[in-house]
Amino acid sequence: MALNFVKRIFDQFFKDMFASRKDLKLGLYGPPNSGKTTLANKICIDSGFDAKELGSVSALAHETREIQIKEQISLKNKDGRELLFNLVDTPGIATKIDYEEFLKAGMSENKAKKRAREATKGVIDAIKWLDEMDAVLVVLDATQDPYSQVNVTIIGNLQARNIPVLIVANKVDLKRANMKKVQAAFPQYEVIGISAKYGKNVKELYDKVFKLVK
Amino acid sequence: MVTLHFMPYTEIESLSSVGRIRKLLTVAKENKIVLLQGRLKKEEETELIKTTMEEINKEFKGIELAVIHPALSSLSGFQKLKNDLLSGILGDRQGLTIIGPASVVKAIKKDPNKIELLTSERRSRAR
Repeated sequence: MALNFVKRIFDQFFKDMFASRKDLKLGLYGPPNSGKTTLANKICIDSGFDAKELGSVSALAHETREIQIKEQISLKNKDGRELLFNLVDTPGIATKIDYEEFLKAGMSENKAKKRAREATKGVIDAIKWLDEMDAVLVVLDATQDPYSQVNVTIIGNLQARNIPVLIVANKVDLKRANMKKVQAAFPQYEVIGISAKYGKNVKELYDKVFKLVK
Repeated sequence: MVTLHFMPYTEIESLSSVGRIRKLLTVAKENKIVLLQGRLKKEEETELIKTTMEEINKEFKGIELAVIHPALSSLSGFQKLKNDLLSGILGDRQGLTIIGPASVVKAIKKDPNKIELLTSERRSRAR
């Protein structure tokens, strides 16, 4: 009897311990070429990852065509608190993909068709993964039109699923970047302007990520 | 020539989510621009993107999508509550959803109460 009681206590202890270690998934979502992988790479570098493990980036859209998961990312905020999470870098969500665009960029027909095929699958996978996220950074290109329906649809779906969202207006190092327009497009959300490429405001972003997932 | 197909909300009202998406995509694949009264549910909008991706091939390159909705402009708290209640009961008939095949509509610009359709044919601009 006493043995059973002790066993139950131990079972509960281990169950709670593993429950509390549930891996937090932080997703990077957004349209193609908004800089999601550049930001993912910056976060990985700041977390001490090897440069060999980084995702490839390109000026050509749909460079990331598969879900990329970086496990056990560790970030520290200004107060020295540590946040452990899995970072999920997703392919850019688009409503159209035309292989001829890749042909114009100088790809062979076979490569262009393959890229288009993989990109369409990537969009489908990114949408399927929405439910798996615990929090999402919606990465937008601050030089582009923020009112694009893809942005509105992603954010609306995250809201409907009660997933915490932070809007990241990337590429603020460029002259054409318009932070005010991004803020005006999503007045009910917090927006932070960063340059993932040059690391501008990234520390402030980390502080906001802490608040987002707490 | 650009063909606009107006679809009143009553045409999709009784359909399932899959049925609504199928109906909209069927018209878009006929190279027509769909003007749907009201809007789809948020989840249906994502399903529309997903289904579009599944159907992309040599002829069908995808769609351009835009929604103009009064929720985007500033409604008072009471008006918003009233809208949400009515939408929940009757479906969201307010606003306008535009779905154009990517081969016809090059881009849709929203700003946010004005919509510009940039069409591929003769690079004409309809407003």
